[in-house]
Amino acid sequence: MKAARFDYHRPADLTAALTGLGAAGGKPLSGGQSLGPMLNLRLARPAALVDVGRLAELRRVEERADGVLYGAAITHAEIEDGAVPDPTGGILPAIASGIAYRAVRNRGTMGGSLAHADPAADWPTTLAALGAIIHLTALTGPRESRVPDLIRGAFDTTLEEGEIISGIFVPRLSPDARWGYRKSCRKVGEFAEAMAAVLIDPPRNIARLVIGATETRHLVLEGRDIEDSAVLDAALAGIGIAADPARARLFRAVVADALSAAQTSHVSA
Amino acid sequence: MSAPNGVLNGADSVADHPAAGSPSTRGVGAPVRRKEDARLLEGRGRFIGDMRFPGQLEAAFYRSPIAHGRIRAIHIPDHLRGRAFTHADMAGPAGGGVKDILARTGLPGFRVSAQPALAAEKVRFAGEPVVMVLAESRAEAEDLVEEIEVVFEELPANHDILGAVAPGAALIHEDWPENVFLVSQAERNFEASRAMLDAAPVKVTRTVRTARQCMAPLEGKGCIALFERHVEQLTLWTSTQMPHIVRSGLAECLGLEERRIRVVAPDVGGGFGWKGLLQPEEVCCAWAALRLDRPVKWLEDRREHLIAAANCREHHYVMTAWADAQGRILGLDARAHVDAGAYSVYPFSACLEGAQVVSNLPGPYDIPAYRCTALSVCSNKPPIVPYRGVARTGVCTAIEFMVEAVARAAGLDPVEVRLRNLVRPEQMPFRSITGKDFDMGDYPESLRRAREMIGEAAVRARQKASEAKGETARETDARRIGLGYAVYCEQGAHGTSVYHGWGIPMVPGFEQCGARMTPDGTLEIRVGNQSHGQSMETTLAQIACEILGLDPERVNVVHGDTALTPYSTGTWGSRSAVMAGGAVASACEAMAERLKGIGAHLLQAPRDAVRIEAAQVVGPQGSVSFREIAHTFYRAPQNLPADADPGGLDLVAGYRPTVDTGTFSYASHAAVVAVTPATGEVEILDYVIVEDGGVLINPMVVDGQIYGGTAQGIGTALYEEMTYDANGQPLASTFADYLLPGAGEMPPVRIAHMQTPSPNTRFGQKGIGEGGAIAPPAAIGNAINDALAGLGVEVTTCPMTPRRLREALAGAGSAP
Repeated sequence: MKAARFDYHRPADLTAALTGLGAAGGKPLSGGQSLGPMLNLRLARPAALVDVGRLAELRRVEERADGVLYGAAITHAEIEDGAVPDPTGGILPAIASGIAYRAVRNRGTMGGSLAHADPAADWPTTLAALGAIIHLTALTGPRESRVPDLIRGAFDTTLEEGEIISGIFVPRLSPDARWGYRKSCRKVGEFAEAMAAVLIDPPRNIARLVIGATETRHLVLEGRDIEDSAVLDAALAGIGIAADPARARLFRAVVADALSAAQTSHVSA
Repeated sequence: MSAPNGVLNGADSVADHPAAGSPSTRGVGAPVRRKEDARLLEGRGRFIGDMRFPGQLEAAFYRSPIAHGRIRAIHIPDHLRGRAFTHADMAGPAGGGVKDILARTGLPGFRVSAQPALAAEKVRFAGEPVVMVLAESRAEAEDLVEEIEVVFEELPANHDILGAVAPGAALIHEDWPENVFLVSQAERNFEASRAMLDAAPVKVTRTVRTARQCMAPLEGKGCIALFERHVEQLTLWTSTQMPHIVRSGLAECLGLEERRIRVVAPDVGGGFGWKGLLQPEEVCCAWAALRLDRPVKWLEDRREHLIAAANCREHHYVMTAWADAQGRILGLDARAHVDAGAYSVYPFSACLEGAQVVSNLPGPYDIPAYRCTALSVCSNKPPIVPYRGVARTGVCTAIEFMVEAVARAAGLDPVEVRLRNLVRPEQMPFRSITGKDFDMGDYPESLRRAREMIGEAAVRARQKASEAKGETARETDARRIGLGYAVYCEQGAHGTSVYHGWGIPMVPGFEQCGARMTPDGTLEIRVGNQSHGQSMETTLAQIACEILGLDPERVNVVHGDTALTPYSTGTWGSRSAVMAGGAVASACEAMAERLKGIGAHLLQAPRDAVRIEAAQVVGPQGSVSFREIAHTFYRAPQNLPADADPGGLDLVAGYRPTVDTGTFSYASHAAVVAVTPATGEVEILDYVIVEDGGVLINPMVVDGQIYGGTAQGIGTALYEEMTYDANGQPLASTFADYLLPGAGEMPPVRIAHMQTPSPNTRFGQKGIGEGGAIAPPAAIGNAINDALAGLGVEVTTCPMTPRRLREALAGAGSAP
């Protein structure tokens, strides 16, 4: 399949990009690793693509005492390769290295992954667990959002018309923080059938479990709930997974593995 | 250099040897590096997608969005007149009366399905081409397709292999009484053994399913048709395995004499059977090129490939086996269904698969009583195509699951049970219960070696440890180890005596090769089959080297072009090493005689006193190089006597094996897997193959064939599945939904060879092209079931996905 006709714009700066997006039917293009196939299958038929992947404002990285603000167009490969600072003691590079294939990682971007909001993608689950703050920009002004507020369902975000993700702030973890991440994929590089991330960071008073690949919104459990199997079962029931015993079995196993990993694996931030 | 007057002197001859490797070590049996690799790996190959002719149009197809229905109306906007074509345009008088694709068989009871190149009054599967649209580019053609509207009266879709033959199923071909192409049957000593079987101590019954798959070669299908005015010839460039067969089929559909059609296969990126057919799209493009006098190209995209095309493999078996207390199988009874899809494909028909189920199900085992019925079911899915291994992948899975079930029921070691049932070497040559003539080999020995190579004792120890851990540790941490085996034999290169009875549009018989020595003494050999990954540009040159002592680097293998090569049914059925290889040997031997005739004259030696050695004719005193002989014949004929053979150094010679019932390569596969019961995840830890391909023309190429086939077999075992919903809609249209094994899923595969020469072939070689794809589902499936045996689970549906394993485990009450 070949894409339907569209116009392509490569604006010089963020303001021009936002102006271009305001025109009817404009859609931002970042790494294009999800949008590209959707265009070719004619599942997405925007009148115009506005290429934001090379905007200087979206390629900046700012390291602060309390974390790192990544421009939305930082690629998975740049994170994997350590080309940008990491406030998570290796979590982000490890996650990045498990996304799809290297060819995808070379072009795909963190901001693009969040905006696409595939519930089985690695970044939404990971960044939700890490408590990342998403920076959004529109001509009307900026705002901030946490991942569970930004992504309200599968491929469904609270992004407004003409608004884009400009940056992702990832908080710095405590040296004592512990992390567990488990996804079950049919094969290397495929989207997960079930995934779970666990962050336990006692000095920051965080115990958080995020479950992805749900086909709806992410499940987020906090505090003692993360170890409570009754709470987990109720949460799985709440999004329809419990009705499918073979699927629920996989989610329970993936959660157990992530929790188990978080018992032992200290990050060294 | 040769002297200008052609007077020769051995010392003056140009060396025929390359810098590295002497020809004597580059013939049959040598691991010569592939000649085609430099071209292919450096991107210098030329595939259909690389080709563009001036004035070319590109085709896109409006494909049926529904699985089954009547076409009530086709609305084509006026501005598309002359660019959009329907069945009526092609088949009507103005279009020249293009005929439907007809792949009959001569098998009694076979029902003929006429496949129109574009759907006529009905559509019979989702994705069936209905309207062809031409434009300057594919993207524009796809835009125009969106402007076409077709009104359908939708009919119930037959999406399920068993449902299609249930009472009341909607008829797909309405002049048939049921959705069945053919019922194939065999009964051998079964009724006579009834009482004995009823008294047998072991009786097991199993249902086995293999999924519908797509073949997914790296390169999809594609073609470009152009009418070459200056020679009044239609040339079809097409990604095919069998150019001569495509030419015959195309001529039949278009009503052209075959001399008016040339079919050329450029570089072809894998076929696996998908490119062994005459495709409706080829007929459409050829028709349009003739009608419009412009080149017309169609390049299958991956979505078309997955939803509308290269389907294969879907089998369903219900089997019962009886055995004695020692595990000796006394009888086998099977009822099989093969989902053959909507139409019978040209030339293989809709029944090759089903009939081979009946004739191959006993496999390498000596089973004394046998009954089998196989229905080739017609369904609202794309036609089934014989994929690498053809029916044998399903058959091997079915019989090997049964053997394992017998062993379990009898409480015996599964390897021992196999050893008690395999055809033994002293029985060779052996006529099987279904009349297959196994040529030679030691099947039990391959299994014993596989058991040794896989290290069974160590695996069993590890297995015990993993089971103990499963009882004590958190179950999510525990992986269970399993070991599984499978044995098969693979009929290859079977010829006239096997195929004439089928009555399909082609019968393989004599294979020919053209050999031409060029004026500088290098060699062109021309074969009518096609190399698309089989490495024939290398292996056939090695055979020429074996006969003539000419380095393979100085031999060109010309293939895949009806204008340049002798007729051949093409590359399929693991036949080329035997058939084309035999033909190349015949042609080179004939060439040797021609060379000796001229050489003897030049050496002033008696004809019977000269021999061929290292690209020279060697006499009692001195020698003369091929180069000098060729130079003399072509450019200095004044130096030849008046009675010299005017046939010269250009000839065609043929080959047919003395016994043409086929070679039977065979192998034992052994797999070790780790299964995580909580998730159903499977990892292949070790994989061993002990293969007997007879004399290996190039062992490195054979290993490559085995690796590639094994990857595809792993796909059948664990990943590949084309599913349909109740409306007959395909549920996988990209590789995100249709999973193929990738590099990350390939285990280390360890191969060992036995080399029992076939008594029936030129060098003792056997066809091995498909074998790797036959046994993995059985070996891996048996290993998974071995791993899960302690949990009361046995899975007999392929692919054995994590979900299927979890469902089975949940059903068996295994705690999540």
